[in-house]
Amino acid sequence: MNRNRLRLGVYALSGCGGCQAVLLDGEGLLLELAGRFDIVHFAAIGPCAPDERVDLALVEGSVSTPAHVERLSRIRAASACLVAIGACAVSGGLQSLRGLARDGSRWPLDLYPHPEWLDLLDRPVPLARYVKVDAVLHGCPIDRRALIRVLCDRLAGVAPRPERRPVCMECKQLGVPCLLVARGEPCLGPVTRAGCGALCPRGGRGCYACFGPADLVNVAGLGARLASLGLGQEEVARRFRFVAGDVDAFRTAGAVGPAAHGPETP
Amino acid sequence: MMGQAATGGQAPRQLRIPLLSRVAGCGALDLDVEGERITALQLRLGEPPRLFERLLEGYGHDQVVDAVARICGLCPVAYQLTAAQAFERLFGCEPPPWVRAMRRVLYCGEWLQSHALHIHLLAAPDFLGVADALGMAAGHLAALQRGLRLHALGVDLVRLFGGRAIHPVGVCVGGFHHAPAPGEVARMVGRLAAAIPEAEELVRWTAAFEFPVDEQPFTSVALGHPHEYAIGAGRIQSGDGLDVSIGQFEEQLATSQVPHSTALHTRLDSRPYLVGPIARLNLNFRELPPAVRVVLDTLPTPTPTHNMFHSVVARAVEVLLAVREAHRLLLDYESPAAPAVPAHPIAGTAIGATEAPRGLLWLRFEVDSRGVLRHARIVPPTSQNQGRCEEDLRASLERFGLGRSDAELARHAERVVRNYDPCIPCAAHFLRLRVTRRPHRSSQNSLT
Repeated sequence: MNRNRLRLGVYALSGCGGCQAVLLDGEGLLLELAGRFDIVHFAAIGPCAPDERVDLALVEGSVSTPAHVERLSRIRAASACLVAIGACAVSGGLQSLRGLARDGSRWPLDLYPHPEWLDLLDRPVPLARYVKVDAVLHGCPIDRRALIRVLCDRLAGVAPRPERRPVCMECKQLGVPCLLVARGEPCLGPVTRAGCGALCPRGGRGCYACFGPADLVNVAGLGARLASLGLGQEEVARRFRFVAGDVDAFRTAGAVGPAAHGPETP
Repeated sequence: MMGQAATGGQAPRQLRIPLLSRVAGCGALDLDVEGERITALQLRLGEPPRLFERLLEGYGHDQVVDAVARICGLCPVAYQLTAAQAFERLFGCEPPPWVRAMRRVLYCGEWLQSHALHIHLLAAPDFLGVADALGMAAGHLAALQRGLRLHALGVDLVRLFGGRAIHPVGVCVGGFHHAPAPGEVARMVGRLAAAIPEAEELVRWTAAFEFPVDEQPFTSVALGHPHEYAIGAGRIQSGDGLDVSIGQFEEQLATSQVPHSTALHTRLDSRPYLVGPIARLNLNFRELPPAVRVVLDTLPTPTPTHNMFHSVVARAVEVLLAVREAHRLLLDYESPAAPAVPAHPIAGTAIGATEAPRGLLWLRFEVDSRGVLRHARIVPPTSQNQGRCEEDLRASLERFGLGRSDAELARHAERVVRNYDPCIPCAAHFLRLRVTRRPHRSSQNSLT
């Protein structure tokens, strides 16, 4: 009876567990999921068969230990389609910033009396560093509607359509007044990938880029604008290097300070 | 499934059994058994550390509030509110009554969501004899749906203040970024009122479960407050007479690392202790609102209790408390003049402590004059419960009977661990029980 149903696995590497909790984050979602997929592995709620073949693997968390590398390659080998869910899996997450810190390799020594009992990679990295990833869901945490869309796409057998626009576009669509322009509030919406529904600007605060960089954005320009609001160089850098983790587009933001030609008018 | 003798005769036996699903965390349990005695027991919390205490260094206090949420996807609000409180205390910024009340509502939302999840998806299947929550759908669909409704209510309470349930974006140092509109609040009040009878049914439903006889001595530690069931403020108190301000707590603690766990162990007076729903209920049940107390007093299970299997009831009682408190505090809701008061950083040590769903959460931040974090210490509930959980496993398994099969031992051990609702910040997958058995000299036991 279940022969034609797609087999689903939910796996976690290193992270906070919040992205897989999004699967439980609504009255009907879990039961709906169980009605449409065979849930083969989802240890947090029970089903535990880590090496079974699945049609769709949702993987959260960053790759942080040699054991993770090995587990991830087993998950990849057993899954037809592997989706990286959330900032940790997509871009390494907050913990990947250790890789940018000059003394990052010392951190375990500073915090643990016996660091030799730990077995960590040099730095936490995204899944794609080790395996082919078929689709990604951005966000810290992922957005529930985007998750449902990916599941539906898979059920329908179509490829997911990635979101490429910045949060700014969502604000405009929703008619949210621009915090950066109207209130001089540091907001990373101009460079951050849309998908949250402009959650922070709607709630009266600047976006802090938890969905990571959008495509084709002017990070240096925004960095200069933030500096013109009175943020120091280091502070600008910290705004970009945040929960999305160690991503290329944000790595050097703020590091060189305000652009030589001064702030641009918005 | 069942263990097999690797070799015959006197040789030690190594048995591997998949152990714990239905916990949030990556761990395992190693057990050395000699006849009728456990000679070694190690609860292995093997989550790779993300080194948050160093990651936070250099971030401003406003960013720290958002960053600490990422420590735990199951109790982000606890981290945000504890951090905000710590900075406010240091900066001498007193949040007005509206902020304090709404933060209690927000915290109730997180308790509700976290507890409803644990009761129905993680704990109840053991009591009902089904494999998991999906197995409940067959014979216990109404109870499962009631649980998921209560969970969704908690999710929506957090959303009301923070836009989303996981890593919500509403809290700032000094208050909230925005206040919910009265219309939204009115709709929520209606849902909360309708949920009160459901939460009462839930309490009675859990109290009617069949519980193993497993009373043990232990010390409960929780925040205590003279006028209310403590959630976001109070003194740190224990069943052994400890009564200190949150600033004095660190002096009482001894922290150590063990080779088998990446979570640091903490001890009080060099002994393990318990934090979480049972610890809170044992110490603070007198402060429950009368309407909750009435329900509690008619239950077949005792309060206080020293049987950790009753933790499912304690969570249900706190679900009822959360629904009632949120309802009470939102009933006469009015929009505030401003959702936050300004906070002006000063250099110093910021300390915060609140009751996360899984127990006492304690934070210390040292910041410079701009409010930039220079040093952090985080003492999460699961780290504190680790030692107590090991102690419990040892006693509980010996009482259960070590002559039982590995499968039975594993099932029982899993249940004991689940009573603590461990959240090794990250959800995990491979929990294994490894039993090494050495035949006792005089034992006739076949050991399988």
